[in-house]
Parts: sequence; structure tokens; C-alpha cells
Amino acid sequence: MEQPIRILVAKVGLDGHDRGVKVVARALRDAGMEVIYTGLHRTPEEVVATAIQEDVDAIGVSLLSGAHMTLLPRILELMEEQGIGDRLLIAGGVMPDEDVAALKQIGVAEILGQDTPPAAIGTTVAALVNRHRARAAVGGAS
Amino acid sequence: MTTGQLPLFDDDRRAAIAAEEAAWEAEELAAFLARQPEQRPGYVTRSRRPVRRVYTPADLGGTTFDDIGLPGRYPFTRGPYPTMYRGRTWTMRQIAGFGQAHETNARFRYLIEQGQTGLSVDFDMPTLMGLDSDDPRSLGEVGREGVAVDVIDDMRELFDGVDLEAISVSMTINPTAWILLAMYVAVAEERGCDLDRLSGTIQNDILKEYIAQKEWIYPIRPSLRIVRDTIVWSARHLARYNPINISGYHISEAGGDTVAEAAFTLANAVAYVEEVTAAGLDVDDFAPRLSFFFVSQADFFEEVAKFRAVRRAYARIMKERFGARKPESMRLRFHAQTAAASLTRPQPMNNIVRTAFQALAAVLGGAQSLHTNGLDEAYSIPTEFAMKMALRTQQIIAHETNVTNVVDPLGGSWYVETLTNELEAEIFRVLEKVDSLGGTVAAIEQGWFQRAEADFAYDVALRRASGEDVVVGVNRFVETGADAAQAVETHRLDPESERRQVARLRAVRAGRDATVVERTLKELAEVARDPAENLMPATLAAVKAQATMGEIVGALRDVFGTYVETPVF
Repeated sequence: MEQPIRILVAKVGLDGHDRGVKVVARALRDAGMEVIYTGLHRTPEEVVATAIQEDVDAIGVSLLSGAHMTLLPRILELMEEQGIGDRLLIAGGVMPDEDVAALKQIGVAEILGQDTPPAAIGTTVAALVNRHRARAAVGGAS
Repeated sequence: MTTGQLPLFDDDRRAAIAAEEAAWEAEELAAFLARQPEQRPGYVTRSRRPVRRVYTPADLGGTTFDDIGLPGRYPFTRGPYPTMYRGRTWTMRQIAGFGQAHETNARFRYLIEQGQTGLSVDFDMPTLMGLDSDDPRSLGEVGREGVAVDVIDDMRELFDGVDLEAISVSMTINPTAWILLAMYVAVAEERGCDLDRLSGTIQNDILKEYIAQKEWIYPIRPSLRIVRDTIVWSARHLARYNPINISGYHISEAGGDTVAEAAFTLANAVAYVEEVTAAGLDVDDFAPRLSFFFVSQADFFEEVAKFRAVRRAYARIMKERFGARKPESMRLRFHAQTAAASLTRPQPMNNIVRTAFQALAAVLGGAQSLHTNGLDEAYSIPTEFAMKMALRTQQIIAHETNVTNVVDPLGGSWYVETLTNELEAEIFRVLEKVDSLGGTVAAIEQGWFQRAEADFAYDVALRRASGEDVVVGVNRFVETGADAAQAVETHRLDPESERRQVARLRAVRAGRDATVVERTLKELAEVARDPAENLMPATLAAVKAQATMGEIVGALRDVFGTYVETPVF
């Protein structure tokens, strides 16, 4: 049987806006995923360490402090360094369009904007993880 | 019994009106509905409160004239002052803050030039959380969402050329509010200001941080003590200053519905009043300086009724629960801000219109000061242009619509009065519930407020997704392709700002007398160990010695510990 999707939902940086992240966590849980929520004010180091410990398929990071161009690249870098560069990083928050494009360029799998419907959050994340798993399986066979 | 204590409409008249309404329903209404049904099976407010098709005096029950009353008189339903905007227009207070102190200072001077009448400071996340700009956790956040303030030197520069006796200054700051208050007072002293002439506020509402905004440092009890100390100290030294701004805004933005916003805020107010009176202050010695902050959401009449209901509920609490005798202690004054979470990314110009209606609701609800959001805030902090548009929106309401000519113009509307009655009754039901849970602090510890917000927030997200709650440009009247882009220019922070602030802080550290800093911090920690002592004098000494925010916070962390939340979702 297909393994259920495990996802770590995290708030990095110093801002305390957790309304969105809690909606996302609940939406993913309602979509049948195993959701681990870190709570607020986590550092990139803490997030990546938890992701390894919990062996998740994806990390969903929410931040509304404006520090996304510092913290998200740092998380990607740590994921690579610590051997989980094959997992997905998904982000959410308030960010200008050009930053969204730049983040996708460097490897953030998706950016879920404000007002993404809860059901769409579930299907988007599931599609990303499943496509990723399929690719990994093909890659493993070759 | 005075005339004012009699129901506005006696039983016989209400029964007669109800009978007439029943006849109308059977005749005109029934015939009309048979031809053309209503668009929805039922109608509700933003908070899911069912509303009737039409209201009459029959809905007012036993409401007396004294429940509604007159402005500037108990129970203050119609406003805290007898003349309201005829006497003085609300304070147009656009919040600003980014980069280094000198950059924000320039924005302040611009806003004053544009006709703004009060200043409001937004601080960056490290300042809000008590970290110095060179702390590793501050990386990427210095000056980002607000201005960076590390030491008194920054505070000096922030208000350079601003007359602190003439303009009121609001500082949106919570767990570190007492430190910034000390810096502000120290700068005012240096300039020879009369402290009793300083006006403005620090937000300093730590309880709603645990409930909603989530900026905290220490556990709840010592944090409450810090708030107590600022209120007690200000009551003795700052005659016109509001040492706390008890805030519903964040409760609403974090997901709370209208009653939650009003009731949780009053539950917090009750906890502060209990804390300060327990320290030996008479309620009338500090309550006149308590101030409030609420959101103004999109549901126009529900918001107007909320402002009226919360004023009346507060008056009754202060009089009946706390035995206040001065009318000023029972009179709720509030700052309002339009709802940031209602702003949309698609079709951003629509946000100007949304904000204007929300601002109008705040004005008709009797706000003392108002911040209108920038059209671009679903993208980033606002540009100068966006802030100017937001300020112009207020100026148009104040000077072109004539809504300011009459006090509480919606008073007496059967709908608005009924909503006001319902909201007030529900506020008191929530307060009873909080008391039954053991009070505000216990309810926070049980996650009760937090769960209520998360539930409503999720509900709203589902209703928006289903289209049940219409958001123009998002789930209705959606534009695709090039039209949808309607790109806005966003505020870009000078990337060198963070590096410059770190350098500046290090230069201050290198140039100050380290032994004095160390001594004042040690003394502050000593004072902190005795809960009966007031932290303010020792904090003033520390900031004057150029101790940094991070150092002061650190000194007390050793005494108080840190807060760890158990998150609920």
C-alpha cells in the first residue's frame, strides 16, 4: 500500500503570524496526510533537524516577516548539506512576485499564496509529493 | 424610575408593531416572495450571526433610552465624548517603520507634511522580540518589517526634529514595550520635555500576544508583572500617556470572529485591571489612561455595532465589577485599523475601496484614531504612495462626506441597536465562560482562546474556497491573464540597511562605559527578583547607560525564564 504522505509544517523566523500555517496544517491533515507542526519562531537549523528526525516527504515553511529571501535559501542549503536535498520544500506567506519567481528558480517546489483554498493545498502538495516519489522510483531503478 | 430607565417602546406598542409586521409578512411579503424568492435561504453577518430581513422596534425588547444614552455619558454607547468629531477629528495615524531610525524619521517627516496628526511606529521583528540586530536569529529581519532600535541612540535619531510634547506617538511594541518606553522617556528628558505633556501609547498588551500575535519572551506571569509596572509607573510620571493599548485587532486577524475580538480583549482588560489594583493602585488612578485598539472589518453594520457594544460593556464592567467612580475610568477610547487580512493580491487597487468602507465603519463606530492600510500590503510593507492614498482616504471621509457632523448617526437604527444588544450580551457570556475557566491567564494556558481562533479561521478559509464568502477578484469577478497581474510597485528595503545597523550597534558597544552597563543590568536583575518592586527606574538607568535591548532582555531572561507554547491547530 502507498505510504501516507508525511509533511513537516514550520514557522521560521521571528514573526508570529500563525493563522495561515494552522489552516494549512489542518487542510493537509484533512487531506489524509501525517502533519507535524513545529510551532513558532524556529531557526532553519531546527527545521531541517526536525525534518530528518521525522523522515518527512516535504517541508512546508510559512513566513510573513519578509525574511524569505534569507531564510528559504538557507533551508535549501541545509537540506542539501544534511542529505535531505531530495525532499521537497514548499513555502507560503506574503511575498512580492519577483521573489516568488526567484525562489522557484533556486529550488523551492511551490509557493502557496494567501487565499489558496484548503482543498487545493491538499491536492497541490499531494501531486508534488507523488510526482517526486515517482521520479525517485524511476531514478532508483536506472 | 426615570424616563430614561423605561423601555423605549412599551410592551403594548411592541406587540402592536409585531402584529403589523406579521400582517405584512402574510400579505405583501408572501406575495412578493412567491413571485421572486430571495437570493439566499438565509442571511448572516461576517461572524455567522443570522440577521432578519427588516428590523422594527419590536426587536428592541426592553432596551431603554439609558442603554443608548448620550455621547460622553455613561454607558458611553454613543461615544466617549459629547461632541466627538465636531470637537476634534480623529487622529490620522498611519503606522510607519523600516530600515534604520534615520530612514523611518524621514518617512515620519513626510507623513507630517502630508497632514498626518499622530505618529505610529512599527518596529522590526528583532526589536519586537528583544534581540539585538547582530544576534544570529536577527539575520535577514533587521529593519525588514519595521525600524530597528537597539539602543537609546537609535531612539534619539528616530524622533529627531519631532516635537514630542506636540505630537502623540504610538509605539506598536509588546514584550519589549517597557524598554522602549524607558528609551522614549529618557530621550524626552534629555530634550528637556515636561513628561506630563508626553502623549501617545505603547501597545504593551502582552496577554493578546499569547492569544493571537505570538510575540513573547517570558512566561505569562512575569510578563503581566512587567505590564503592571509600566501602568503603575506611568500613572505616577506620565499624566497624559497611555501605557497600554489593549488590542483586539490581532485577535481578529488571527482568526477570531467579532464577538471573540471584543470579548477576549475585555477579558484581557479585566486581567490587567485586577493585576494593577492588586498592586495597591485605586482603579480611578489608572483606568482613565487605559486605551484600546480594534480592527474594522468588512461587515459594515456588524463592525459599527461592535464598537458601540464594546464601549457599553466596558463601561458596565468598570463601574459594576471594579467599582470605578470617575466617568473617565468607564469611557473606552480606541484606535482602529482596517483589516489587513481582508486585502487581496489579485486586483490590488480594489484594496483602496475595501479600506475606505472599513474606515467609514470605524468612524461611524466612533474611533479616536485610525490607521488605513496600504493597497499593496498583500505584497509587502507599503510604499510611500500607498500610504498617501490610505491617508487621503481618511481625509476624504473627514472632510467631504459630512458623516462627522452628527454624533453616532446610526444610533437609533433598529438594526444597529439590536446588533449592539446582541453583541453586548454575547460579550458578557464569553466573559462568564472565561471566569469559569479560572480567568484569562488560565484560559490562555488551556489554549481556549487559541482554539476558538483557529476554528473560525479554518471555517473562513473553507467558506472562501466554496465561494460562500465572496471576495471580489479572488473567488468572484476573477480576472485572468494580463489583466489580473495589475502589478503594484512594492517597497524594497535597502539591502545595506541591516549591515549598517549592525555596524552602528557595534560602534555604540565599543564606545560606551562597559562597567556602568554591567552594573545597571545587575541592578535590574536584582529588582526583577522581587515581584513587589517596579522595573521601570532600573530600566531607565540601563537604557541611559546605553545597554542594548538584547542585553536588557537577556538580564531578565535569567530571572524569568522563557515562554514555550503548546501549539493547537
